[in-house]
Amino acid sequence: MYQQFKTRADGVSAEVYHFETKTEVLEFVRQFLLEEGVADKRGCYALWAKGSFLNGMDRQTLPAIPGLKFEVTRDLAADARIGISQMQWALADTGTLVQDSTAIEQRLVSSLSSIHIAIAPTSGILPDMPTLLAMVNPKKCAYLAMITGPSRTADIERVLTIGVHGPERLIIVFCDELGGAG
Amino acid sequence: MGTEFKESIHKAVNDANLTGALGKFSETYKINRAKAYEGIDFEELRGRIAELKSFAASHLEELSAQFEQNATALGAKVFRTDDPAKVREYILKVAQDNGVKTVVKSKSMATEEIHLNPFLEKAGIAVGETDLGEWIIQLAGQTPSHMVLPAIHMTKEEVSDLFSKEVNERLNSDIPRLVKVARERLRPMFLAADMGISGGNIAVAETGSIVLMTNEGNARLVTTLPKIHVALVGIEKLIASYADIAPILKALPRSATAQLLTSYVSIITGPTPNTDGSLKDLHIILMDNRRSEMAADPKFKQALQCIRCASCLNVCPVFRLVGGHVFGKVYTGGIGTILTAWFDELKKSEDIQSLCIQCGNCKEVCPGKIDIPDLIMEIRRRLVQEQGLPLLHKAIYSVVNNRMLFHTMLRAASIAGKPFTTGKFLRHLPMFLADLTDNRSLPAIAAEPFRDRFKNIKQPKLKEKAAFYAGCLIDFAYPEMGESLVKVLNKAGIKVVFPQGQTCCGAPARYSGAYEVAAGNAIDNIKALLDEDVQYVVSACPTCTVALDHEFISTFESLGQSEWIPKAKELAAKTVDFSTLVKKLVDEGRLSLKDGRKLGKITYHDSCHLKRTLKVSEQPRELLNKAGYELTEMFECDTCCGMGGSYSLKLPEISGPILQRKLKNIKETGAPLVAMDCPGCVMQIRGGFDQDGTAIKVRHTVELLAEQLED
Repeated sequence: MYQQFKTRADGVSAEVYHFETKTEVLEFVRQFLLEEGVADKRGCYALWAKGSFLNGMDRQTLPAIPGLKFEVTRDLAADARIGISQMQWALADTGTLVQDSTAIEQRLVSSLSSIHIAIAPTSGILPDMPTLLAMVNPKKCAYLAMITGPSRTADIERVLTIGVHGPERLIIVFCDELGGAG
Repeated sequence: MGTEFKESIHKAVNDANLTGALGKFSETYKINRAKAYEGIDFEELRGRIAELKSFAASHLEELSAQFEQNATALGAKVFRTDDPAKVREYILKVAQDNGVKTVVKSKSMATEEIHLNPFLEKAGIAVGETDLGEWIIQLAGQTPSHMVLPAIHMTKEEVSDLFSKEVNERLNSDIPRLVKVARERLRPMFLAADMGISGGNIAVAETGSIVLMTNEGNARLVTTLPKIHVALVGIEKLIASYADIAPILKALPRSATAQLLTSYVSIITGPTPNTDGSLKDLHIILMDNRRSEMAADPKFKQALQCIRCASCLNVCPVFRLVGGHVFGKVYTGGIGTILTAWFDELKKSEDIQSLCIQCGNCKEVCPGKIDIPDLIMEIRRRLVQEQGLPLLHKAIYSVVNNRMLFHTMLRAASIAGKPFTTGKFLRHLPMFLADLTDNRSLPAIAAEPFRDRFKNIKQPKLKEKAAFYAGCLIDFAYPEMGESLVKVLNKAGIKVVFPQGQTCCGAPARYSGAYEVAAGNAIDNIKALLDEDVQYVVSACPTCTVALDHEFISTFESLGQSEWIPKAKELAAKTVDFSTLVKKLVDEGRLSLKDGRKLGKITYHDSCHLKRTLKVSEQPRELLNKAGYELTEMFECDTCCGMGGSYSLKLPEISGPILQRKLKNIKETGAPLVAMDCPGCVMQIRGGFDQDGTAIKVRHTVELLAEQLED
């Protein structure tokens, strides 16, 4: 299913990576933030929203990059270049990421930033939408968000253009070690 | 037709930006849509959608109540009303109670339906559209030209001019740069807004959820940043269960923009926390505005199965010429005509319903399985019922319904038309009739109609009999097609009889909404055609075949004339189109075509009624192949030629360009010969080539086959 997901996500201009361990993911993220010039000034922040990936992790092991913040506020999100958040599921047949976004921080980092890094458990890949809807209890998930590729429009002369209101890049990082959907 | 309406058509068809953009879009759409549906059983999928939406339409009251209960239990405020004025007042009150100064909106047809923006603006509240296309037309002070692509009629240069004024900086027309400008300009508006207004693509009764889909991500911001979220949802968006979301999410993006899924889908079930820990003030308005009335109408209930994908616009040969502005300010295209007739008023649809050429393309692709052409016909019928026919039409149909008078007049026309006839064509008509020969020549009326010629045809003694239903065009313009048909059937051992009591099939009257006239025609024809005991009733005109096979019955049903229905069914059971019958005879070994002939390249034009109502497309191709022709398919082989019966007379400015496109597609195959199964299409296409001087032969399949019979 990973291959199918990747093919679909590539097809909508997402960038898909796959790692076994959390350590590898951390290293990837560190490199990525450095290359993108994350810094402790407006417009250059990277915000990392809560999630099981960070839970219980020793802060010492997290990348020490100025501008990378683990507190998410509306103002910071508005000035962030990169948002990092964790997805619970993915849909193989459309290349879609799925998140319980009830907590507003999750939406702020993934909708206001220019680049969204989405970390997802490899085991969270589901075949399709009906499977997902059968698993979710909407009464316990006030905001279910699905993301398929970066923000796009074709409103001017039908020319596909990336990055209107949402992120212009979507980086998807699958991690085997991340366990099942939570 | 009103002059203002005629002018708007004239303006649209002469707007090269509009027709160019829509034309290109419709061509790529068709290919991309097919790709998006690869591996999916579309019929099964739309069957499910039609079923679940139809269920919802039958239970609007229950589902609304259930939605209200569930959403309220979660902390949302639900307001139900059938009155657009109350919707506006409710939203204004919420805004005023909370000191709202600015509103951001994500695209919502329902808010456009009730003209919400000007109402709020008049009350001093700034309203910003955030969907890029909607924002562009808001800045331009225009209305959307397409339900999904609102600014498709504008060029990047026009957009850059607008944006330049907005940001006070001279911008060039680089599209990615323009999109960036919109992002930068709208971002502070999102962050400052006190209220977000959205529509809803789906509302789930079982859970009180609303589903929002966007590609740009604006709905996520509209529902996240302001502390108040108002969702205005028409009650036709209700579905019973959460699981029902899946089939709609599968079809809607594929049908709308040929995407597997939109970039963003949000399913919102109750209020979510704001950044300061407070809960979002979530208002969901379930608006009726005549939808339950529509659900109670046995005919129009199915229109509530619409999921607003706009694919009926994308495949419409008329829409791609005129765009949305001709249709009015809100809902456009085929389904828009129906929605306007209801949500606005029947009278408002008077002009726009006439745009439908009844080609049936939209019915094929509708994911809600709505018979849009049929519903437009029903609007026509009700308009005629309410207001009567225009005087001129009335005069024409009173003639058509009087068989003897009608036939006498057609004979007279063969003489009266003489001064304008060049060989087989009428090239120019005087004065107000000149429009009719603008783009194509009309056939000369035959000196001797088929009904007279038939008497002189010598047929061998044969046991099996078929009645030939000629229809007006073959009878009075192309009698040679009738002669060919007799020749072919005789060869297969079938004697042809021609009941002289037959008359016009009633299609012209029916397509103008004059059902009473059509019923009169139907009765005359039933009497004539069932008079003699025949095996088949065969026609070489698909429009007539459809009339005999389907429409007599439905006309009687619409008028409640049930006494004629059994006879109409008896006739329908015997009715068959020429190619289907001949294919059967060839397959049974009763008819052989000359063997091993090499007749060269040919291309085939599918007539609307044959392909989409009678579902016949392979039979004529196989027969022509067997006869020795080498078939080369043209681009858009099954797109309407623009004839549409009297359509080409009523709206020649639309029929003309549709024909030109067809002629171009035929020419591009390089074939010297084009075949088709409809005398109406022959009339349109042959007349078109005559006018532009192209030496491509236009023939009815019946003529071509008659030439290739084994001796």
